[in-house]
Amino acid sequence: MAKLEMLQTLTGHKGIVWNASWHPHGKMFASCGEDKIIKLWNKEGEKWVMKTVLVDGHQRTIREVAWSPCGNFLASASFDGTTAIWDKKSGQFECNATLEGHENEVKSVAWSPSGQLLATCGRDKSVWVWEVAGDDEYVCEAVLNAHNQDVKKVAWHPSSDVLASASYDNTVKLYKEDQLDSDWACMATLHSHESTVWGLAFDKTGKRLATCSDDKTVKIWQEYNADNQEGVIVADRDSIWKCVCTLSGYHTRCIYDIAWCHTSGLIATASGDDIIRVFKEADNSDPNAPQFDLICTKLNAHSRDVNCVKWNPSGNQELISCSDDGEIKIWKLIED
Amino acid sequence: MTKTADNVNPNVYEKGSEREVTSAELDEDVLDDIDEREIFDLIRNINDPEHPLTLEELRVVEQQNVFIDNKQNLVRVYFTPTIPHCSMATLIGLSIRVQLLRALPSRFKVTVEISEGTHMSEHAVNKQLADKERIAAALENNNLVQIINQCIASS
Repeated sequence: MAKLEMLQTLTGHKGIVWNASWHPHGKMFASCGEDKIIKLWNKEGEKWVMKTVLVDGHQRTIREVAWSPCGNFLASASFDGTTAIWDKKSGQFECNATLEGHENEVKSVAWSPSGQLLATCGRDKSVWVWEVAGDDEYVCEAVLNAHNQDVKKVAWHPSSDVLASASYDNTVKLYKEDQLDSDWACMATLHSHESTVWGLAFDKTGKRLATCSDDKTVKIWQEYNADNQEGVIVADRDSIWKCVCTLSGYHTRCIYDIAWCHTSGLIATASGDDIIRVFKEADNSDPNAPQFDLICTKLNAHSRDVNCVKWNPSGNQELISCSDDGEIKIWKLIED
Repeated sequence: MTKTADNVNPNVYEKGSEREVTSAELDEDVLDDIDEREIFDLIRNINDPEHPLTLEELRVVEQQNVFIDNKQNLVRVYFTPTIPHCSMATLIGLSIRVQLLRALPSRFKVTVEISEGTHMSEHAVNKQLADKERIAAALENNNLVQIINQCIASS
């Protein structure tokens, strides 16, 4: 068994803390929430310290923050219908671009691995793909209306320009740009969850996707290409995605977020039962019917719902979590 | 334009009696868990959005449809719309939820659902009331909060 050792509790936000995002080098992160404020935290010695507060970017709740892969830009998605892009070209962090277009609440924002594309989604059921067109200039490349309900989360494939989205309509969708006519289109719809899909995380290869839902399950999906050796029929398309594993019976309430560590391969979940759980793929697991074991259950990780979990990108087994209780916690996973 | 109520002539029922406060409840040294009756008292006087009546008088809420588990910090309330196509069901559920969010200690997980089989869009309304992100967004809408506050404000 492994255990999650708490390194630090960070307070300062008023009300719900919805999300946190590690800077790519892992020595800094951003957090956001109901108080419409973004806080930037840096590691000084062994301790995390709040260094910068970004205010006046949004009129309503900030639902998610995301660092660009280069670490120079921070995007924030808000219930006010806008996405703000922050950078410190002037020496300190400022909002230098605002992406407008969603009809109402923006729920999620994500940068593509190249940093050239940005995706946003929201309650207006749409997913938008934006291209970085120049200094502080962003152009809408596509508006994707494939979902028929509130879109909760967007996440990019780790190495190619494939986008995934999760929705209140219980499905997950994957999109990519058609090379012939350069139109973005939905290439797969993943049906299996029985309620809202809240979170999405690709593994490091991008051949697998983990999703979490209000139906209290986690599902692992695997991509099969046209030339697959397993005999999965792939008609008229490049690949299909199949649910190869369902983790049920572990969570007692809605699962709000999921994080798949690209170094250790561990999966962490944030749940409405106040618990953080960590799963590990079994050693002799069959790739086409993988088995994941629960290796850590951190009871009362927070005093209220856990909204977000993120692994430190440096691969040091640090995990960040944030909650309705207004707190952010930094954990270290210790395996024996 | 005046909107007519969905259910113009609802059945009206007697109000229950006030709860008697026992001497043990006034004793600071007695450990006193929150019970169903206390939860019911928090919601029975919520006003109906369309009628000058309380949710208790319309039997939208009843004590027998309130459940609490103090050990697990769970509260579950079922409410019964007066008619199966009531367009106010979501607003009523939201008012109950907001009242309990404000009045109960934050350790409680509150679930508000329609009594099984009493509304045409039961599943959709329940899903909406269970989505805390949509609730949070709704509570940032000043017009809506005003309407909810009017429902919750007991005379």
